Order: sequence, then C-alpha cells, then structure tokens
Amino acid sequence: MGAAVLKKQFESVLGGARDWQYRPEPELVPTGVAEVDSATGGLPRGCLTEIVGPASSGRTSLLLSILAAATARQEFCALVDAEDAFAPHSAAGAGVQLSRLLWVRCGHSAEHALKAADLLIQGGGFGMVVMDLGDTAPQTARRISLTSWFRLRRAVEHTPTVLLSIARQPNAKTCASLVIECVRNAENWSGARHTSRLLRGFDVRAQSLKSSMKRRSLCSPVFTARAI
Amino acid sequence: MFACLHGPGNLTPLAFEFSPAVEATSADTVTFDVSGLDRLFGLPQDVAAAIARRARECGVKASLALAANPDAAICAARGFPGVNLIPYGDEGKFLGALSLTVLAPSIELLETLERWGIRTFHQMAALPPLGIAERLGNEGLRLRELARGEAERKLLPIIEPLTFEDEIELEYPVELLEPLAFLLARLINGLATRLATRALATDELRLRLKLENRTTHRRTLCLPVPTLDTKAFLKLLQLDLEANPPSAPVLHLWMGVNPVKPQTAQTGLFVPVAPEPVKLELTLARIQALVGEGRVGTPELLDTHRPDAFRVNQWGRSPAVITRQVVEQPRLALRIFRPARAARVALAAGQPSFVMADGVRGKVLDLAGPWRTSGDWWTPDAWQRDEWDIALSDCALYRLYCAPRGWFVEGTYD
Repeated sequence: MGAAVLKKQFESVLGGARDWQYRPEPELVPTGVAEVDSATGGLPRGCLTEIVGPASSGRTSLLLSILAAATARQEFCALVDAEDAFAPHSAAGAGVQLSRLLWVRCGHSAEHALKAADLLIQGGGFGMVVMDLGDTAPQTARRISLTSWFRLRRAVEHTPTVLLSIARQPNAKTCASLVIECVRNAENWSGARHTSRLLRGFDVRAQSLKSSMKRRSLCSPVFTARAI
Repeated sequence: MFACLHGPGNLTPLAFEFSPAVEATSADTVTFDVSGLDRLFGLPQDVAAAIARRARECGVKASLALAANPDAAICAARGFPGVNLIPYGDEGKFLGALSLTVLAPSIELLETLERWGIRTFHQMAALPPLGIAERLGNEGLRLRELARGEAERKLLPIIEPLTFEDEIELEYPVELLEPLAFLLARLINGLATRLATRALATDELRLRLKLENRTTHRRTLCLPVPTLDTKAFLKLLQLDLEANPPSAPVLHLWMGVNPVKPQTAQTGLFVPVAPEPVKLELTLARIQALVGEGRVGTPELLDTHRPDAFRVNQWGRSPAVITRQVVEQPRLALRIFRPARAARVALAAGQPSFVMADGVRGKVLDLAGPWRTSGDWWTPDAWQRDEWDIALSDCALYRLYCAPRGWFVEGTYD
C-alpha cells in the first residue's frame, strides 16, 4: 500500500486534509531587549541564531542582555570566547549572573571555539551556548566550513538550547534560523569637550536579516545601549 | 561460641585472622566471635587448637579460652593458663575455683565480700539472688551472673576505619599511557565495587605513580558531585595524564578514593535543566585538553578597583550566587583586547588626536577623558592610568589608556 493511499485513508478518518509536513515552531526565549523581542519574538530554542555587525555596532551589548535574561531565568549558559574578549565587569554590570556562566577562553583560535561549542552542545544541559567570533578576522570566520555549521545545527536541534553566534558577518548561511544584524546609529556624548565630556551610549538598529519562523516579518528595531 | 585471648603481645591482628567481630576488651585481652569456624576446622577443640597454633606461629604467648558467652571466655582466659574449652551449660562448674579478683569488682564490694568470706566464683554463685540484690544492688547481681557463667551480652566489635585504597606493583615499567589505562581501570573498578557494596560514592580520586627515576607522580581528581561512574573516572584520568604525563616509566600504582555518601538531591519539575555534573566534568576536561588548563570556568570579579581584575573558578566549585539585579536597558559592553594593544598616539593640546595600534588606526573624532585612576600603591604591584573613551574615524569606539609603560588600546565598546 502506497504512502499516498495511506495518507488519504487517514485524512478520510480524521476528516479533512492534513498538513503532513507541519513542524511545530520552536519555543522562543526573550532577549531581554523589549524592542528586539517585540520585533523578532525572541530567540528560537534548538536553532542557531547569528548576531552580526562590525566593531562597536552593539552586538556585545545585545549579547549581554540576552545572557542576563537567560541567567535571570536560572538557566546555565556557556560562552565560548574565540578571541578572549569577554569582559566580566561589563557582563556583571549588564546583569549577567556570572556564577551561571561557563566561560571558555579559546586563546585566539576559532577552530578550538568550534570544537568547544560542539562538545558543550553534545554534553547538553545548557540553556544557551554562545560562540563569540566577534573579533575573529572575517577571512578566518569564513574559513569555517558549512559542514561544521550544519553539524552544530544538527547537534542543537531537538534540544532546549539556544545556539548563538556573534561575528562580523553572517557565516552559517542556511544553517542559521535567525540572523540579526546590528548597526550603530549614533553615539550619545554629553557635556562640553575638554571639560565634562561623557560617553553615554549609542543607539543600535538591529535588523532582522533572516527569520525562518512563520508569521515573523523582517524588521529593524532600534534600542539604546547605555554606558551609565 | 566466643574465644578470648589474654596475655602480652599484639592480639588484635591475630583475632582478626579468625573473625571480623573482634572486641578489644582491655589492653591485654581480646574477645572474638568464632561461630561458624566449626565448618572450617571441625569441633570446638579443633578451633581452639587452630587458634593456639596460629598464636604460637605469631610468637604470641597468651592464654586462650572458648565458651558459649563472651564473659565466661574472658574469665576463663584471665583465670586459667593455656587453652581452655568450657562446655556449654558447665560454665559455673568450670569457673567455680577462680578467685573473685578475676572479675575486678570495686574495692568496697570486694572488701564486703571478703568480710562475708566469699572469695571464689563458686561461693559467689551459691548466694541467693534476692539477698544480693537487697544488700549489694545491681553490681552484686552482675557479679553473681558472671560467677555462674550466665552473663549474656553482645560483643562491642572494633570498627575498622574505612579506607579505600589499592595498589599494583609492576614487574616491568609501563611506558605508554594506553597500557597504563588498563591498570587504572582495574584499580578504579575494584575501588568502585568496594564503595558500591557499602552504598558509598566518591568525589575525589588520588593517584600516585612511582616512576623508574625514583620520583613520584601525584594527581588528584575532584568531582563536583559524588559518583561511581567508573568510565567517567577512567576518561578523566586519561585526559589528566595526557595533559600532565609522568616524567618516566611507571613501576608502581597506588590509588585512593574519598568515600562519601552519594548525592540524593532531587531537582524540581519546573527548575530549568542543568548540565549533568559528571558528564559536564568530562566535557570540561576534554575542552581543557583543547584550550589549556585554567581557561575554562566561571568568572569571578575580584574585590579591587584594578581594571579587568577577575579570576576563573572551576565550574561547580563555587556556590551559585543568585542576584536579582534587574537591568531594564541594555548596557554598553566593552570587548577587551588581551593583551592590551600597544598604541602610538599623536597628541594635540594634551589630548589624543590620532591613534595607531595593531588593527586600530584612525583620527580621533570625539573623546571623553582623561579619567585618572590608580591603586595598590602600597604594594609592589601598583598601577595607575589615564583613560579616554574615543571615537575613531574607523567607525569604532575604543577605550584608550596611558600608563607609565606607554599608551594602550584596552578594548572596544560594542
């Protein structure tokens, strides 16, 4: 008996045509930034999300907000830091509970970062695994094969883990379910130059370049990363 | 059936050769349970002969007595030299000739009994119990029971301290880690079985390797939770020895574990999942082998104003500190360059106007600073710096500082 006949028989019993290719949408977790949450709905669990942008574009500010929200939910997070660029003081200031954060310092090796992230995802139990390639040279990050990204995507699939990658440009291509590009709009300075000048923060436009989730349009919300 | 050895010498090890239930009755007396030895040696007299023979072999000159209850055996061993076997039911008759001093009663009681003319077990046993209870109380009744050989009690056995250690002496030195793993597995499995029989687990494993060059290689593995997962232990040891190999071939292996109660904590249904501790320990060991020791863990801020002062703790070793700090707005984050990038800075009116460093180059478009900070001036490790927040023409925001050693770019605001 063919599959088509079986499908028809099931549909006649169940009363109407069925979407046999239906896949439930992944659970979304908030990023901790209301503007980004309202636009994207949050970060999908069991999927790869990329946050991309040049230096000083607000990627790390967004990342720390995401980590702060995750640790506030009592989740354990892992940060695989390819370039050893994580600043614990900055994270603590952003509200990240450092005792719930596993920090892997890869000592300027994207290859080690990739392997460490793979091991952590395979181990399971983390609410979020972040691979920080933010300061990795674009040519090095591009050298990571699509197969490696596919392997990571398959590893995180069907798990409650959010896999996040920070880089200067999108690398995972079709393997990423959500790509958010950060662009700095304008920095906010206060006070007169040479006297009481202060860097107050900057506005970040977070453009959603790609979203595999249904009913989510591409958008570009703006949020402000405040220094004080 | 109980046996008692009385005399000088090291009696306890001798008693342990025949029974696990050994009571150290006094410095020169041990009592032990010999029930069941008849299956091994035969009749009680054969058991007594076997013990006496072993005592002679060990050079112990002690009197031995076997009786149905421990106190009768003790009295007989203390009162009669050589080997004595008291038949069941004839304890009173057998002990009758012994002096009451064998029972070591209190001086007052002994004087009273002397005045009454009671000097032997037989005389004491013949006294009426009611009269003794009225005149001498409980102590007198107890003495009468002992004299009649009717006292019943349990032994108070010596509890051996639980030590979980094992060792292997090798005939030939082992040079490679792979064959060593087989020996390690043997030690681990043996210790794990011994722990499991006592419903225990371990959270610390100590390994001592005696090497051919007459040095000792010591390694200690600590787990965040007690476990009995032998595979995990073996893999962790392998990874540890790969990272810290012994300097010479191995001649002798010693392994000890710390016995602790297994973890019995139950997590809540609605608590977010956490990494399984033993599995995570293995994962971290693998990552550590990849990125290096001390590069994996939980960051902890140090109580100092020194910039970028932190330490990395081992995961799971420090208690989780739950802070309810709510940050409504995203905070501007700093990405650190480690090490800080040495910079060449052009100044205009005392302020940076052009910055050049590795991967950083541009005209200063806007800046804030300097912010002067210093600390630890009372220690040899003093520090001081002037900081600037600068916006460069390469479209990035940096933190720049000037220290006594020169100018440095500390990181980018991102």
